Amino acid sequence: MNKIIVIAFLLIPFCGLFNNPDLASNNIDRKATISAQQSLKEGQAVFKKYCISCHQADGAGVPHMAPPLIKTKYVLGDKEDMIKIVLNGLKGVEINDQTYYNPMPPLGTVLKDKEIADVLTYVRSSFGNKASTVTVEDVKKARGDTKTALQ
Amino acid sequence: MKKNLFFSLLLAVAIAISIVSFTSKSENQQLPVPDAGNAGLTLPLGFSAMIVADNTGEARHIAVTKEGNIYVKLGSVKDGKGILYLQDENKDGKMEKKSGFGNYGGTGMALNNGYLYASSNTDVYRYKLNDKDEAENSDQPETIVAGLLDHGEHNSKSITFDNDGNLYVNVGAYSNSCQEQDRVPGSMGIQGCPILDSAGGIWQFKADKTDQHYGDGVHYATGLRNVVGLDWNNQDNALFVMQHGRDQLHDLFPKYYTTKQSAVLPAECMYEIHKGDNAGWPYIYYDQIQHKQILMPEYGGNGTKTSGKKYLDPVMAFPGHLAPDGLLFYTGNQFPEKYKNGAFIAFHGSWNRSPEPQAGYFVVFVPFKDGKPSGKWEVFANGFAGEKQLSPGSAKHRPCGLAQGPDGSLYVSDDSKGTIYRIMYKK
Repeated sequence: MNKIIVIAFLLIPFCGLFNNPDLASNNIDRKATISAQQSLKEGQAVFKKYCISCHQADGAGVPHMAPPLIKTKYVLGDKEDMIKIVLNGLKGVEINDQTYYNPMPPLGTVLKDKEIADVLTYVRSSFGNKASTVTVEDVKKARGDTKTALQ
Repeated sequence: MKKNLFFSLLLAVAIAISIVSFTSKSENQQLPVPDAGNAGLTLPLGFSAMIVADNTGEARHIAVTKEGNIYVKLGSVKDGKGILYLQDENKDGKMEKKSGFGNYGGTGMALNNGYLYASSNTDVYRYKLNDKDEAENSDQPETIVAGLLDHGEHNSKSITFDNDGNLYVNVGAYSNSCQEQDRVPGSMGIQGCPILDSAGGIWQFKADKTDQHYGDGVHYATGLRNVVGLDWNNQDNALFVMQHGRDQLHDLFPKYYTTKQSAVLPAECMYEIHKGDNAGWPYIYYDQIQHKQILMPEYGGNGTKTSGKKYLDPVMAFPGHLAPDGLLFYTGNQFPEKYKNGAFIAFHGSWNRSPEPQAGYFVVFVPFKDGKPSGKWEVFANGFAGEKQLSPGSAKHRPCGLAQGPDGSLYVSDDSKGTIYRIMYKK
């Protein structure tokens, strides 16, 4: 009995690897899981470099200035919309009756496709969020749309 | 003659007794019972605190009447009200009665010459008060100033008055550092920053004239990025303001600033303002470590270069990003002598120090003598944010407004949970 408990505790650190169904369902092979983990790690690094000062370490944002990244429709919703916010920036978002005034700068020329995919994958699976990964292909597609649809 | 002397003596004794009883009454006024643990605040020895109202909304600036009731300006309208009137009917210190009026959010709230003045993010209104300091026609305020700029960023319009019938209003710059693209890494500053013609400064208006616009006022001071806390100093007969310094030196110019430097630079500055002053935004910032005005990186600076032009120096410089939202010169008699005429500053707390820990979320005291700072600043009241505060969103309370009660108590508002604190001193 004690042995089982010990083993159970030893497994706890690995639970994080499997708690996101999109990242590690039983059907996805180990290689994909490792690459997803790598993407999360790199996404976190991008977040710390470009996002943390406004959106904060806990993703809670700054009241009236920078919107939270915790379970909002912008974060959990359509991937393409979220990618376009990173590419083109955004200002004056209203979430739960609160307006956020500080502008988010357009980062389309600052960040590479891979960095955008990684950081959005990180945001969509952190701070209590559970949403699908964002791939480089998703970013490429959104960039293509941006050229024709926006500006 | 003897009789006259006797009566004179009697009169003198009577006067003496009445003076003694009057003074002892006003000095040892019955203070309410403070909250256990001083409502979570850490204060200097002899001070205590209580929460007088809670969950009021985004309590920005506040004003306390001579009856000890409180007007609160809400940042956003709550239940249809933008101004709250809190009353303590049973005189236990707690504000048990709450009513409200004014269907607009804003920051400014001040009593002046029989009126309550309030600001939205574009206008300044006033309400006539009766002899109990109550607004009788609260649905019909007079519009004193209208049409000030509101582009979202830095849109608070704080207010204060001098003793010559003038009203001072800040109009914050709707930008961080007047970049061609606001807050975009590497974007350079616009030459001859156009924002400064109608924002990034202080405007002076007549306190009793209605429907004034920019053109009716005096562009009193410029080069002030965003001022939320301001107050008139009666000893110096001058305006004092607290400027929120620019953000994101590292984010925008990583080649010149480390994250550690960016966390504490530039200084949050206290300026003594006279007509025509220019504090230098967006061309320079004040570096409290080098004790110098440094050229902004957007205008060719690199963290050490100075500007050829000399701008107004601060009278006191605080560490960066602490966000001073309230300034009050203390004129009461309740606190010990050292506090008399000194400045209290409510620091809202930083957001712009990541990955370094955030800071601020406290009330600071600066001693003054003859209208000038006469010693170092010290933290006066702390503990508003709670034990752990990772970010501004998780801080329990954020100090914003300050007001002095008729008995000399200090009131502090919190625009996060809407808590109103009263800080008292007992000999």
